[in-house]
Order: sequence, then C-alpha cells, then structure tokens
Amino acid sequence: MYLLKIYLQAPVDVPVLSDKFWYLTKDRTFALPCPFNNRGNYVISLSQLTRWMGVKAEELGVEIYPGFAAGEVLYDSNDNVVGVGTNDMGISKDGSKKETFQHGVELKGKLTLLAEGCRGSLSEKIISKYNLRGKVQAQHQTYALGIKEVWEIDESKHEPGAVLHTLGWPLDHKTYGGSFVYHMKDRQVSIGLVIALNYQNPYLNPYEEFQKFKHHPAIKSLLEGGTVIQYGARTLNEGGFQSIPYPVFPGGAIVGCSAGFLNVPKIKGTHTAMKSGMLAAEAAFSVLSEGSSMVVYYDFLRKSWIWEELKKARNYRPAFEFGLLPGLAISGLEHYIFKGRLPFTLKHGKPDHKATNVAKLHTPIEYPRADGILSFDVPTSLHRSNTNHEHDQPAHLQLRDPTIPELVNLPEYAGPESRYCPARVYEYVPDENGVLKLQINAQNCLHCKACDIKDPQQNIEWTVPEGGGGPGYSVM
Amino acid sequence: MKIMVAVKRVVDYAVKIRVKPDKTGVETQNVKMSMNPFCEIALEEALRIRESGLASEVVAVSVGPAQCVDTLRTGLAMGADRGIHVEFKDGLNPLSVAKVLRALVEAEKPGLLILGKQAIDDDCNQTGQMLAGLLKWPQGTFASKVTLDKEKQVATVDREVDGGIETVLLDLPAVITTDLRLNQPRYATLPNIMKAKSKVIKKYTPGDLNVEIKSDLEVLQVTEPPKRKAGVIVSSVDELIDKLQNEARVI
Repeated sequence: MYLLKIYLQAPVDVPVLSDKFWYLTKDRTFALPCPFNNRGNYVISLSQLTRWMGVKAEELGVEIYPGFAAGEVLYDSNDNVVGVGTNDMGISKDGSKKETFQHGVELKGKLTLLAEGCRGSLSEKIISKYNLRGKVQAQHQTYALGIKEVWEIDESKHEPGAVLHTLGWPLDHKTYGGSFVYHMKDRQVSIGLVIALNYQNPYLNPYEEFQKFKHHPAIKSLLEGGTVIQYGARTLNEGGFQSIPYPVFPGGAIVGCSAGFLNVPKIKGTHTAMKSGMLAAEAAFSVLSEGSSMVVYYDFLRKSWIWEELKKARNYRPAFEFGLLPGLAISGLEHYIFKGRLPFTLKHGKPDHKATNVAKLHTPIEYPRADGILSFDVPTSLHRSNTNHEHDQPAHLQLRDPTIPELVNLPEYAGPESRYCPARVYEYVPDENGVLKLQINAQNCLHCKACDIKDPQQNIEWTVPEGGGGPGYSVM
Repeated sequence: MKIMVAVKRVVDYAVKIRVKPDKTGVETQNVKMSMNPFCEIALEEALRIRESGLASEVVAVSVGPAQCVDTLRTGLAMGADRGIHVEFKDGLNPLSVAKVLRALVEAEKPGLLILGKQAIDDDCNQTGQMLAGLLKWPQGTFASKVTLDKEKQVATVDREVDGGIETVLLDLPAVITTDLRLNQPRYATLPNIMKAKSKVIKKYTPGDLNVEIKSDLEVLQVTEPPKRKAGVIVSSVDELIDKLQNEARVI
C-alpha cells in the first residue's frame, strides 16, 4: 500500500495515529490492553479506493461494465465453467417483458474469476456444485453482519487517524461482536457495530443494537453536533482458516471474500483479499500464456503470507464458542504466548442459520425509540444509503418454498428476518383477513446477504436484482 | 435530417444530496453522477425518430467538465451516432449553454433540436427556450408526444400545460424539450456499450466556438430547506379556525 500510495497517489492518506480498545458497560468504559497494532496502516474509505482503482484499471486497458448483473454461470457439455450470463433487463413484476426489455448476454472466457465478496451468489452455487469445501475438509463458513454510518462531526472532536474498537455493551456475553470508530479526513468518522450471525436470540435486532450503542455516553459525546452522511450494511466472513474452500473449479477460481480470507482477530480482510486476487492473476497468466492449470492458484495461496497469517489467527474466533470471557482469555493466551502454534485447531459451532433458538425460549427485546439526532429509524437510514432499484421488476429475494415464512419462521422464530434485515425488506403485515403474511420490500435491499445466511431453513435465496440497482455507497 | 440532442451530467436522481458546509452549493465530490433523466428521454425520442426513418443521424452534445465524456458514452451506447463535448470546467448557466448550442447548430445544421425540459440539479427549465429564442426557431416545450411530418417539414407536439394538453404545430427546424411522459428510455445494452467505445466524440472549447461563458447572476448562498415542523392535532373546529387565522394567517 505504501508503494502504491507514493507512486500512484491513491486515496490512502490518513495514517493511523492511535489505537484504543474499550470494554463497555451501559454507562462506563474500561480501557483494555490493545491487541491490535495498526501502526503503518491507514484509515480509508473503501468506496473511494475502489473507485480510484477502477479509473487506474481502465487506463491499463481493463474493461469494466458496471450496471449489469451476472445472473448465472455458463457451463459447457463437460460441466466446465465457460463464463457468466447477465440477467435480462426490463422484466415487469409479474414476469412479463416491458417495453424496455433487453435480453441478457453471455460473456465467455477461458477463465472466470469470481470476486463477489462475502456470500457471493454465484460463488455459493459453484462451491456447492463442485463440493469445494468437502474437497479440503473445510468447515462451513461463519459470518457477521456489520452495520455502519459515516458521520461528519464537530471539528473539535475530530482526530484523523484515531482508531477505536469496543467490546461488551450493548451485546451480551453470548453474542460475539463489537464496534469500531475510525476517524477519516474532512471531519468524517466511520462508526459501526459488527454482530456475529450465530447469535441465538431470534428477537435480536442488529440495527437497533447499533442505534442503542450510539447512546453510550462516550460515543454520544463524540457524535453530538454531527450529522450522518451515509448508512450501509454488509455481512463479512468469520470462518477464517477452517472455512477456506478449495478455490479452484474447472474453468476458473474464486478470489477474495467469496472464498473467505478475512483475519478475524485483526479485523481485516481487504489485504488478504487483494493478495488472493494478485495470486489468482499470476496463476491465470500462466494458464493463458503457458497452458498450465489454474490449480497452481491454490499452491500460490498456501505458500503465501495469507496462509501463514490465517493459520496463526485460526483459534481466536472459535474460542468464543465458550462465551465472551473464556474467549477473551483464550485469545489473550493465543496473542501473547501461543501465537497459533498450538497443535490443534478449534472448530466452529453450528452454522449460523442453525444457531437461532426458537422464540419461546426468549423474551422480545424492547428497543428504545429513535431520537432522530443520534439514533434513527430504518427508513431514514435507508434514505442515506442512496439505495435504488427499478420498481417494476420481480423481487430478487426468492423463497425456495413460499409457505415456510408463515409455517415456520413466524410461529417458531417470531419472524427473525423482520429483525436482522438492516433494510426492512421483510415485514409481516396482516392481510384482508387479519392474518400475518410476509411482505418482501425488495427495493429496500442493501445487498448485505444477511437473509441468505441467517434464515433458519435456508429458504431465502439472494439473487441479483436487475443491473444497476442497489445501494449507492460513495464514502463508505 | 440530423437531430441534435443536448445532454447534461447531473447528480444521480437516487442520491441523497447535501449542502456543502460553506453553503456555496451542493456537495458533488464522491457523489454518483448520471445523465439527466429528461435528457435521456430526449435522446430516446431522437433515436425513435431516426429508427422510424425520419432522420439520418443523432448527435449527442454535452457542455461541461472532462467527465461529461462518460455521459456522452452512455448516450452513444443508447444509440447516438456521434458525440460532441464542449469542455468547460465550472460556472455554466442556461444562457451560456444556449449560446454554445447555437454556435454548434450553425456548424452542424440539424433539422431538429431535442433537449430535456430541465435539469434535476438546478431545475432552471430555461436552456431550450433561450436557445429557440437565440435561433429564432419555433419551440414545443414540455412535450408528451411528438409526431414528425417529413414532407410538410412540420412537427406536431402535445405539450403538458397546467390546464391540460396543448397541441402545437411547429415548422422545422424547431426546438423541442421533453417531459416525463414522452417515452421510457431504453437501457444501454452491454454490446452497445462496447461498440460505443469506438464512436467519435469531437472536442471543442467555448473559445473555439467564439462563445464567452459569463453569468449575470451570482449565487450568494445555498441552504437546505427548513425542516418540517411536527403536525399539531387540534381538538375542535374553533381551535382550527383560530390557528388558521392567528398563527398561519391564511384566513
């Protein structure tokens, strides 16, 4: 990143100047020894960086076509991947063709590299079809949902380069997660709450937990007098080393978070994602120029610092299966003494969608009302995400079995999708007979993939909406 | 016949805008920009006229900073034959743009000019009208329907006006500005976007066209509209009348 910055003037210009780690209770903060060492790192906006990289890539001759959705993988008669097909555009809600109908196109190539980010819709299909986790005895992937706002705060409170992470309140000891507060430039602060999706209480509402968090005295004092510029949410991988699939398939490979290289204790995944892309590029080059096999990508990965780093970090997250305090204790031991050298590898608990308890084991959580100054309701936040989808199109969130929401989700789990979705896509509304039915407001979707991950029966499938639709992040 | 369409690069309609802290304008840094929706409609109409055989060429024009080229490429991907970019960094206004377009009309000699009725960033609704005035051409603004008669060299335009629909007959060459209900713009398809890369965009500066960009208006301040106050529920008709009379002062 340093070389890149110096020679190419990337928007990477706020070096980390302080690193704090707090344990929060409802009213107090306790500074803990900081396990992170972010010296030499930068606080940036990934939206800005990728926009800049896009310009540079186009200057190098790369063709980038935003606004088109890859809806399906294309196969040849031998089940090799030969490319992707874009979605048809101009289809009405009822499935008929509108005046603006345009057929999707087939994009074929010698190699197809999938870089869809966490829980990629095509990547998941490929991983399943070619049994890419089974091939290397990898465990299932585990996830967290991050909800974030970018604030413009008072000049006097702004410290560019300040980094803060917190644990504890408002989450309980059974729920893994924490917050981050990163000071960027131009009085902007990036603040968010990340909650692991293996939480048990179906009444948990990650969005409301985040709104609650901002009322903590220490956080409130930072944000007071400021305004929210943007809002968004996205899931991220927490499976680490144990969940890395075999990333090569006939005709291509998977790079970045679609495979899953995030380093959980470091809370970073962009560096390993970028490196995996570089390694895939080198492998692809040898395939295209020398006719070698894309299998070498996996060898490159295993010989790289990605492998070493993730192996060292593998036992932190699974340790929290035992609870917050045992998890912290084991993490402390790993960080200061063992550093990944223990001869065993802890396993993940249940897959996130199976970890949700039935509603009758819990009581509904009363969340405070939004005050409109520090905390906000979902529609207000959603407006700030610049999310837009063409209204007249079929819902891109599809139910494998349309009866499951009313037969299972609502009676057994109290409709958890109406609580974990940070965009209020899912609502149970009474029909003309007063019976609660699931309403899917697909236009609101932030493309975070939480529903695809957390639905207890895995009945919700996130598919790509019509090209061009989605959130409009510009400073996130 | 050649059709010239003017397209403007504006903040994307789905973006939540905010005013810059120094109140000099709206924040456009790190904000998604797109072709003005009314300009898309204008371009779509031009393409349909060409596809019906009544025109031979559609030329898309944009006046503005370097990034206008992106907007023109979108226009070319929709189907425009060529693009013209008049580069000018900052401080455009409808009259100056109209003067630039007039100069281009003198060079290109189109038989029809189609513009969006207004841009969604300034809502001026002036450029088309001013251009028609400068050219001394007839104008059909707020068009919801356009029918050309090539033989008689006239255009019949249905205009959306406050009282309903007004139909006017214009001798060509004429200026038409488009309203929302005129058509549904087509998507730029992937193959067309690829093809558009090889289409020509000619560059000019205002100086090349002997136009001086200047404004007789100075923006003093831009502020957000005042926040809506919460509604009040009144307990009786008398209270309502009292509030209307003494607080809102509307009766």
